[in-house]
Amino acid sequence: MAEESITVVPVAREGEAIPIAVGLHVAGKRPVVSIQNAGLYEAGDALRGLAIGIGLPLVMFIGYRGHNRKGDTPDSAAVFLEPYLHMWRVEYFVVEGDEDLDRIPLAFDRATKTNMPVAVAIGTEYAPEDIE
Amino acid sequence: MISYADACRIINEHRGESAAVTTMTQSSYWNKVSEHPDLDMGISNGMSKASSVALGIALGDPERKVLCLDGDGSLLMNFGSLATVAGMAPKNFHHFVFNNGIYAITGGQPLPETGVHYADAAKACGYKATFKFDDLESFENSMAEIMAIDGPTLIELVVTPEPATEGVDQTWESNAKMPRQLRAMRKHLTGKDDWGPGGPFI
Repeated sequence: MAEESITVVPVAREGEAIPIAVGLHVAGKRPVVSIQNAGLYEAGDALRGLAIGIGLPLVMFIGYRGHNRKGDTPDSAAVFLEPYLHMWRVEYFVVEGDEDLDRIPLAFDRATKTNMPVAVAIGTEYAPEDIE
Repeated sequence: MISYADACRIINEHRGESAAVTTMTQSSYWNKVSEHPDLDMGISNGMSKASSVALGIALGDPERKVLCLDGDGSLLMNFGSLATVAGMAPKNFHHFVFNNGIYAITGGQPLPETGVHYADAAKACGYKATFKFDDLESFENSMAEIMAIDGPTLIELVVTPEPATEGVDQTWESNAKMPRQLRAMRKHLTGKDDWGPGGPFI
């Protein structure tokens, strides 16, 4: 998993991730946020004020915990993710398998063009062979 | 106790070319003394997150000192950030915590616990050095030495509370200030004027 061109900033809670990304963007870096759906709910006020509120071009990779293609899940973290993103008017793309990977560059394009945060929801069924 | 005005004046005297990330009451006093608005960032619409924005700037621009003028209530809300900062250990990160014991901006309600020792907490989390001052003279005499050492450092300042008597200014214009400041700072730090309008305010 180690990718030398990427510096990982581990955070104690997801609400820190968005403002840290703000600072990195201000300093000329290209941050992304990588958190789970439950963490995105925790980060709500940061998403409001410090991503949407400032027009931050940020791609957020969101682990879609509880998601399955049947659409039948007991996990409320999955049930509320897409309604939550709609509520914030955050554009998003769902990646469920390799065939969806072209949605990731699209997400970066949309974030840059709109100066807004864009989410990429990673379905839990998606587990490429080279990632353990 | 130290006054906000004196604390900001002394920090500013030692500021050099540091970036400054402020929040709450600290922002209004800082803006009166700062001579580098392009290097100032007042966090007004992101509860408790000034220290996290400052951390991002410190990691992204490691050659420049970053000063965060945080509050005790703000730090309590984002307490885990002490461990996050310590984990990344940015040498250029200097965290000033204005301890007034109240939520001044919302009218002066007391914090859930006013006896928290923020300098000790930061030390326990792994900050390189921490200090606590409740008198102006000691703070003033120590500031040159503090700014010369590697971070992350936390400097707790016991300040005279100044509870707000009016509500927070929430207009379209006031809310446009932070997005504009962020763009100005990016332009100053990177030389690139490439962050266009976005969001509801600009």
